[in-house]
Amino acid sequence: MVVTTGWYLALGAVLFSMGAVGLLVRRNPLVMFMCIELMLNAVNLTFVSLGAELGDLGGQLSVFFVLVVAAAEVVVGLAVIVAIMRRRSGATVDDLSVLRG
Amino acid sequence: MEPAVFIVSAVVVLSGALGVLLARNPVHAALFLVQTLFGVAVLFVLLNATFLAAVQVVVYAGAIVILFLFVIMLMGVDRADDLGIEPIAGQRPLAVVTGASLLGLTLVVMLVAVDGSTGVRAANAALGDAADNTRRLGEALFTDMVYAVELTAILLTVAVVGAVALARRLKGPLQPIPVEAVAAVPADEGAPDLPASQDPSPEGRSPDDTASGDPA
Repeated sequence: MVVTTGWYLALGAVLFSMGAVGLLVRRNPLVMFMCIELMLNAVNLTFVSLGAELGDLGGQLSVFFVLVVAAAEVVVGLAVIVAIMRRRSGATVDDLSVLRG
Repeated sequence: MEPAVFIVSAVVVLSGALGVLLARNPVHAALFLVQTLFGVAVLFVLLNATFLAAVQVVVYAGAIVILFLFVIMLMGVDRADDLGIEPIAGQRPLAVVTGASLLGLTLVVMLVAVDGSTGVRAANAALGDAADNTRRLGEALFTDMVYAVELTAILLTVAVVGAVALARRLKGPLQPIPVEAVAAVPADEGAPDLPASQDPSPEGRSPDDTASGDPA
């Protein structure tokens, strides 16, 4: 039994879908952020496995930049959550509909 | 050996993801996220991406999840989520249907329709073996992609400055979110979410208290 690229792609697809479902279902903004991290990791896994199949370093380079962008996104997102939670403790994303213009 | 490692890591990854989805407590969700990230790191090692595996553990599990835990602890939002509330009727079944169709579509496109990748093999940025991985990545990042690396440096700086600007405590009392705006929200589950001015704030660290409670 040989582990082909398809196995990794299938795992990445399952992980991405689980992250998407979590993002749609959960209401706590922090947990929604974690689900976004799951989806980013699924994409990273796909990048690396396709890069390994094609013998191309570009997959790993893309993952490097995805990591950087994910770190920046988490920093800003958590700062927004802190700013919101300071005003309304325990706010869910449904309460944040007051932010609409 | 390789199939066994893959299967074990896949189980670790997927059970961790399931834990993130289903954990009521955000702290538990963060720890399940660590489990998933470690599983992905093992898969990176299996794919000879050793540098990324190390970065995955250091940056994701070490920094990003710690940031999550900091915010959870700092803001005291580690209350268990009430998963029984379903604010939009039929949201969860629809979400599961969406996820399942997303999964089906992705699997069909990636595995059935084109059978893996349609790309051509690399001509200029060849993938070395595991021992060579870090050196090749560094060479590519600091020669061909040096402008992109500089741009990510700017991005990180902007993110840090923005985070500090967003999260700092303003001088003077914070204006609570206007009552009429809150009242415009359907009031079915709004009972525990009073505006900050009426909130008894048991932890005593509401900005209103610290700003206006001094003269007494």
